[in-house]
Amino acid sequence: MANVFAFAETRNGELRKIALEAVTAARSVADATGGQVHAFVAGATGIEHCAAQLAKYGADEVVVAEHGAFSKYNPEAVAAIVAERVRTGGYRVAIFPTSALGSDLAPRVAAKLGVGLVTDVTDIKLDGDAVIVKHPVNIGKVLATVKIASNPALVAIRANMFTPVENPRAGTIQRAAPVGDPDASRVVVKEVKLGGGTKLDLGEAPVIVSGGRGLKGPENFQLVEDLAAAFGNAAVGATRVVTDEGWRPHSDQIGQTGRLVSPDLYVAVGISGAIQHLAGMRTSRTIVAINKDKEAPIFKIADYGIVGDLFEIVPALTAAVKEARARG
Amino acid sequence: MKIAVCIKRVPDMDVRFKIAAIGNAVDEAGLKFDMNDFDSWAVEAALQIKDRDAATEVVIVSLGTDAVQETIRKALAMGADRGVELKTDHIPFDGLAIARALAAELKDGGYDLVLFGKQSADSSNGVVGAMVGELLGLPLVTAISKLEISGQKGSAKREIEGGQEFVEFPLPAVLTIDQGLNIARYPALKGIMAAKKKPLEVKPAQLGAQTVTVTQMELPPERAPGRIIGEGVAAVPELVRLLQTEAKVL
Ligand SMILES: Cc1cc2nc3c(=O)[nH]c(=O)nc-3n(C[C@H](O)[C@H](O)[C@H](O)COP(=O)(O)OP(=O)(O)OC[C@H]3O[C@@H](n4cnc5c(N)ncnc54)[C@H](O)[C@@H]3O)c2cc1C
Ligand SMILES: Nc1ncnc2c1ncn2[C@@H]1O[C@H](COP(=O)(O)O)[C@@H](O)[C@H]1O
Repeated sequence: MANVFAFAETRNGELRKIALEAVTAARSVADATGGQVHAFVAGATGIEHCAAQLAKYGADEVVVAEHGAFSKYNPEAVAAIVAERVRTGGYRVAIFPTSALGSDLAPRVAAKLGVGLVTDVTDIKLDGDAVIVKHPVNIGKVLATVKIASNPALVAIRANMFTPVENPRAGTIQRAAPVGDPDASRVVVKEVKLGGGTKLDLGEAPVIVSGGRGLKGPENFQLVEDLAAAFGNAAVGATRVVTDEGWRPHSDQIGQTGRLVSPDLYVAVGISGAIQHLAGMRTSRTIVAINKDKEAPIFKIADYGIVGDLFEIVPALTAAVKEARARG
Repeated sequence: MKIAVCIKRVPDMDVRFKIAAIGNAVDEAGLKFDMNDFDSWAVEAALQIKDRDAATEVVIVSLGTDAVQETIRKALAMGADRGVELKTDHIPFDGLAIARALAAELKDGGYDLVLFGKQSADSSNGVVGAMVGELLGLPLVTAISKLEISGQKGSAKREIEGGQEFVEFPLPAVLTIDQGLNIARYPALKGIMAAKKKPLEVKPAQLGAQTVTVTQMELPPERAPGRIIGEGVAAVPELVRLLQTEAKVL
């Protein structure tokens, strides 16, 4: 019987989608051996309200850490309390998100506990004494099967790989007290600036519309924004040329040195398809490319390519998508 | 102020990889190797602090086979002062093992800053820098795209999903470098000549036990070859039809 720990990431006091993915991944590992899933959530007073949703997606227990110092990410204090919980909880596997927060937290916890960690994991299995994960290496050009022999094994999952599945459990609430004084952290997050509050995050959006140099200037990103709005569930991404030019923020960059995404639909507008860009989006389920150069490498991986001028095609596509959705 | 930068030698990614006969590694024949991109930005960050006269020494540490000497020399040619090779017969995949060996080398070095890349292109794991920070018990800030150091205090910007975080920390500290912080300089001819005479110490790496191992590598399933469905605005209705009926995303 293997009990599994799942770190449930929140932002502004609400669960992120990756939190439900972590619980879903934990559930699949636990179910293989009749074990339990314990989800962990930290935040300011009131964060307990997340427990119900974690239970709905399969948490047998929800460990709640409430403290004023957890209202923003507090790396040292969160790492301390999570490490303590994982150390004493007897877990076979502890699951984290491969997000900005999870990528900071998971290696801290692994080093504190002296155990193995693999990030950006796309699949998890138990095999006797070992935890076996799949993890893309060499910017996604090679897929590695990795064995983690430590106990517990720490695994940070890639976003959008473990589709949240409802699987209601008791979700019994337990409380965890901070380890040491969370207000005494040496590293302090002073300020968090978020783009428009209602915007979908690139890692969570089922559809991504991305723009490249072909847009010619920041003002033309309105075309991309409009197409994203027509889909209704889309986020906007960009190539490095675009973020380096300052047309879009760096946090929008998709690729080898930016975000790795795998939405259901990726629409590449005026993007050539350089390997560093493909490294970040090639696992998208369906890829659409709009480019005036029929030799552009993006067409080699696009399920549906349209050759032509984006300034004509994108507005027409926006109108057609709106109409299709209106018809239902 | 003393700064250490940990750099990894990685294969050039602009190739079609082949899996080696042993099945759990890529075939290295014909691959070109260079400094990991993020690490070159870490070296640049250290050199910019040194250029302002705020640092007295920049030390480069790399764990690997003797081949890493070439990568260390490149950093020395950029302007770093000396290098340390932590010698192994191959670079393991286990990030904690690497972190332990690096931490053992760094712990008594008296460094005010220890810099890492955010992640290495080959392992694509992004864990070693943060693990070293934790093992050394130092303040740690990961994935920074802006850095200011004044006296014994630092502030940094981190890119997070859909925004930024602004962080303050005291020195000594461990930092991992994201892109956007700077553009790495190229070694000048003068630097390349000078680098040949700079000290490069070779020591055995203290890797210790490894619990994370690659058992198999494979090429991911190829995507179906791309398909151009048409030209210009005329192709839009067909695209929408395919998105609805075939891809079922609309
Ligand atoms: C170490 C390293 C890391 C990198 N990391 C990343 C990364 O993470 N992400 C990333 O994106 N890049 C990355 N790059 C950069 C990458 O190599 C490319 O330079 C970049 O992706 C190109 O961006 P682009 O497609 O917007 O521009 P371009 O390559 O210039 O392509 C623009 C495209 O727009 C098309 N176009 C122009 N006008 C129109 C029109 N009117 N209608 C339709 N199409 C039009 C053109 O035909 C062309 O194909 C990295 C590079 C290096 C060296
Ligand atoms: N063998 C190594 N030698 C020196 N530094 C390393 C080594 N491996 C990883 N690093 C550092 O740790 C960072 C993160 O690596 P990784 O955890 O493998 O993604 C790299 O960008 C380097 O700064």
